Amino acid sequence: MTKILIDDVEIDVPPDYSLLQACEAAGAEIPRFCYHERLSVAGNCRMCLVEVKGAPKPVASCAQQVKDQRPGPNGEPPVVLTKSALVKKAREGVMEFLLINHPLDCPICDQGGECDLQDQSVAYGRPGARFDENKRAVEEKQMGPLVKTVMTRCIQCTRCVRFVTEVAGVPEIGATGRGEDMEITTYLEKSLTSELSANVIDLCPVGALTSKPYAFNARPWELTKTESVDVMDGLGSAIRIDARGDEVLRVLPRVNEEINEEWISDKTRFAVDGLKRQRLDRPYVRRDGKLTAVSWDEALIATAQTLRAGPDRIGAMAGDLACVESMKATLDLMGALGVKNLDGRPTGAKLGGGPRQSWLFNSTLMGVEEADVLLLIGVNPRTEAAVFNARIRKMWLQGALRIGVIGPRADLRYPYEYLGAGPQSIAALSGDFLDALKAAKRPMIVLGEGALARADGAAVLRAAGRLAASVGIVKEGWNGWNVLHGAAARVGALDLGFVPGDGGLDAAGMVAAADDGKLDTLFLLGVDDAPLPGKGRTTVVYIGSHGDAGAHRADIILPGAAYAEKNATWVNTEGRVQHGRRAAYPKGDAREDWSILRALSAVAGKTLPYDSLPALRAKLIADHPTFGHMDYAPGAADSAGFDPATLGAEGSLGAEPFASAVAAFHLTNPIARASLTMAECARAAASTAHIAAE
Amino acid sequence: MLADKDRIFLNLYGAHGADLASAKARGAWNGTADMIGAGRDWIIAQVKESGLRGRGGAGFPTGLKWSFMPKQVTDRPHYLVVNADESEPGTCKDRDIMRHDPHLLIEGCLVASFAMQAHACYIYVRGEYVAEREALEKAIREAYEARLIGKGNIHGWDFDCYVHHGAGAYICGEETALLESLEGKKGQPRLKPPFPANSGLYGCPTTVNNVESIAVAPTIIRRGAKWFAGIGRPNNTGTKVFCISGHVNRPCNVEEAMSIPLRTLLEEHCGGVIGGWGNLKAVIPGGSSVRMITAAMAEEALMDFDSLSAMKSGLGTAAVIVMDQSTDVVRAIARIAYFYKHESCGQCTPCREGTGWMWRVLERMARGEAEHREIDLLLDVAGQVEGHTICALGDAAAWPVQGLIRHFRHEIEERIDRYRSAKGVHQVKLVAAE
Repeated sequence: MTKILIDDVEIDVPPDYSLLQACEAAGAEIPRFCYHERLSVAGNCRMCLVEVKGAPKPVASCAQQVKDQRPGPNGEPPVVLTKSALVKKAREGVMEFLLINHPLDCPICDQGGECDLQDQSVAYGRPGARFDENKRAVEEKQMGPLVKTVMTRCIQCTRCVRFVTEVAGVPEIGATGRGEDMEITTYLEKSLTSELSANVIDLCPVGALTSKPYAFNARPWELTKTESVDVMDGLGSAIRIDARGDEVLRVLPRVNEEINEEWISDKTRFAVDGLKRQRLDRPYVRRDGKLTAVSWDEALIATAQTLRAGPDRIGAMAGDLACVESMKATLDLMGALGVKNLDGRPTGAKLGGGPRQSWLFNSTLMGVEEADVLLLIGVNPRTEAAVFNARIRKMWLQGALRIGVIGPRADLRYPYEYLGAGPQSIAALSGDFLDALKAAKRPMIVLGEGALARADGAAVLRAAGRLAASVGIVKEGWNGWNVLHGAAARVGALDLGFVPGDGGLDAAGMVAAADDGKLDTLFLLGVDDAPLPGKGRTTVVYIGSHGDAGAHRADIILPGAAYAEKNATWVNTEGRVQHGRRAAYPKGDAREDWSILRALSAVAGKTLPYDSLPALRAKLIADHPTFGHMDYAPGAADSAGFDPATLGAEGSLGAEPFASAVAAFHLTNPIARASLTMAECARAAASTAHIAAE
Repeated sequence: MLADKDRIFLNLYGAHGADLASAKARGAWNGTADMIGAGRDWIIAQVKESGLRGRGGAGFPTGLKWSFMPKQVTDRPHYLVVNADESEPGTCKDRDIMRHDPHLLIEGCLVASFAMQAHACYIYVRGEYVAEREALEKAIREAYEARLIGKGNIHGWDFDCYVHHGAGAYICGEETALLESLEGKKGQPRLKPPFPANSGLYGCPTTVNNVESIAVAPTIIRRGAKWFAGIGRPNNTGTKVFCISGHVNRPCNVEEAMSIPLRTLLEEHCGGVIGGWGNLKAVIPGGSSVRMITAAMAEEALMDFDSLSAMKSGLGTAAVIVMDQSTDVVRAIARIAYFYKHESCGQCTPCREGTGWMWRVLERMARGEAEHREIDLLLDVAGQVEGHTICALGDAAAWPVQGLIRHFRHEIEERIDRYRSAKGVHQVKLVAAE
């Protein structure tokens, strides 16, 4: 710790603190544009200048460390002034320079109201303009369907350049030209190829890079801001949902160091226009082969009739976006009916039952920062968990992580050792990498759905578990056994035990039984991305929010709420229980899913024992205590007796290579598929791939 | 006046051959092995004792700079980088050294590299210097062939010397921008600290020196630090190549003693100011980036660091730009301001925005199309640039403007008044310079 005197406040800070951090620790506010704590230091905006006693000129506080400051002649601590006349003048000067070529188009700029330049010019600028020359104008740049550019507003802070280069790992933005002709550009006027590209919108301190889909939609002060969690992948990123009236307009990241730091993927941010399209806003029943709009009473009565079939002729599946409450209500209703054909893994991942650690990301997402060797099996983290991929890349950049891959040979934006394509390579892993895994202090193995949702999934699980046990994946205070789920609902389903009961059918079994006419009723709780039965005798009841694959097949549709429209619980891939909060109301006659099941249970004469969300949650926690532990990732806490070698089942490993569970990043769920923005992104991504192939 | 026997660059005008044999005949490569035999501490001590200050413009003591390099070589090799990106307007001293006396430079590279335990030296040559690069490459080839440098050379210090040809950006003469450029990146100055001696080329300890600083080093050591220190005034010792251009009868490069009176320099070597000393209007004594001085000050000025900085100017690269009474100083500084606007790298705000602003205002002022209050505005803007930037280019852009206003404010005011009376207006409509 080093003593330093800041504006007469003496504080003790670590010597490698920058002056800016030290000033903040001392409670002094330092304006800045280019500095960002998660990016490298550029020191180019010069807004953070402070006065250091003894230094010949003002010092950029972001770029100098406390330990670089010279003590006084008698060893007094260095003195930093942030409120002196010199500093005030320096800030005014920089502010003026930034503004002389910045257009005064705030009234038509989307950044208005949340603009660093606006805020800081009010706080640190001088009144009046002295610049009588013409302002610079800069040609627009094309950055794809998400990022709108007004480059005349750019103040060349290079945050976007540093983000795409360092965090996203796609060096596709840079600066060309020099002096006042320096321009930030994508060089070739093409879309960014990163799944995290739109974070540059948040990083841009001015209105140069703004959100294209949100352009001219609203002012920040008109929006109701709701803190919630994301369901577009299994990470459960912290988000803020901004809505005006009943319309969700945008999603922004919140800081959660343990999950998403402060980034979110483009899908998380921009799939929200899908909340307005393809919505199921009233109940439907199929009559004479056509779906006909009906009242809730008719729909519920029709559904209740289908429940009169024997318990072994009824099945229920839960899809990728289902919340814990709706799955709990489904399970309770099915339990009351004695139904054992249950599956919360419609794609057929061979997980569930057994110890909870077997399906969790036990290292925790943050744990990768401690890991030294990482083996990815059947997973493409770039498309399945883009934000987590940035964290892997961060550790690779620091030189702290050795990475091996068995599975799809994807461009992850960091180099890795390619160890094989399919299950055989797990059993056959040998040599240098295996030795490294064995020698590692913090080894990590990450399995994706692509490795487990296949016919030989159980055998793959056993093989991977054996490998994990052989390298000592569980250590004191560390469990390196990880499953990276792509679906927000999956861990919740497994935690609830949404798996076939004794003698019950699994997802594939139910579909086969339905096709064979052995199933009368099949409940789909938002199941769209899985094999569904063909048209036949089986009555398919679909509870969900969007008219997608499931609703197409359905015979009865009970319209539910999308994730932004309900207070609900999701469990992320680490086993972290998180509450999402309602930012808008369900569309039309749609209802929150659990209440649909509650109403149905009454009509069917099996009334569920809760009338409110709190009551449901109380029962949930009573039945499954893990749900009572909010915002907590268990990590290695209960891993002492966990033996991965016993997971899965013996069987022969297939020869077919692993494929990623995500084929098209932008189109993984009904909301994203309903989104025009995502459709455009998918088109752009496909055309980029096409160009690359040529 | 410097005696001929005290000259270091005996072939500054190219009267003799630049080849190895001729260079050896003039004394280059003489006793180099002995210098290396005397050890690195002794070499650095000699350079320190000689009082040699960096010849690139900032005047930082060369021996001290060398001593900043780590004493032990770890896993990061040491490098010497020679700054031959001589782009300061008015300056052409390194050009003639590379053309006509390249062996002194190469010998200096070897000695300096040995003193800093570097086995490799990069000479970064300005993009426009094509013939100079070729001359240098030829000399390096000769030195390799004679096994003066290279692996297993006769001096016993493995040493490789590489010439890197820049692409013609002024900013790459700034030492850290030069390193960036050398690494293949965009030439933009780095933040300091860390200084190059800790983290320079490829993150390794590096010293960046001017061509002249390196080229004089072997001769200093050969003839003794005391000899060099005996020339000039204390703290401003040695000989220096001056580049005199502008309104003198014979513009030239000349090696002279430091602290020579400016008037003597002009009258003895350049045939005096055109039209006589009385016709002198102003002098920029150290390359375009220092503040100009008036004729009266030029009368008094000694050509060294301390005398000129006491006049709020500077020795800079010792490129003396002489302007007689026919000179439109406002126009001249406007042109210099355009140069800095054009050469600003654009990385940091004050320089990127300020250089263009200053140029536009000056451009109007040169026509008289300005307001009196804009003179103070211009001075204020220059002050806002100076000292607020990452590198010294901001200062370099501000100083000429400050020098102009300091000494020729009345001329700007007259210009404005004349413009107004010619147009018959009391206040002009401002039109941007584009």
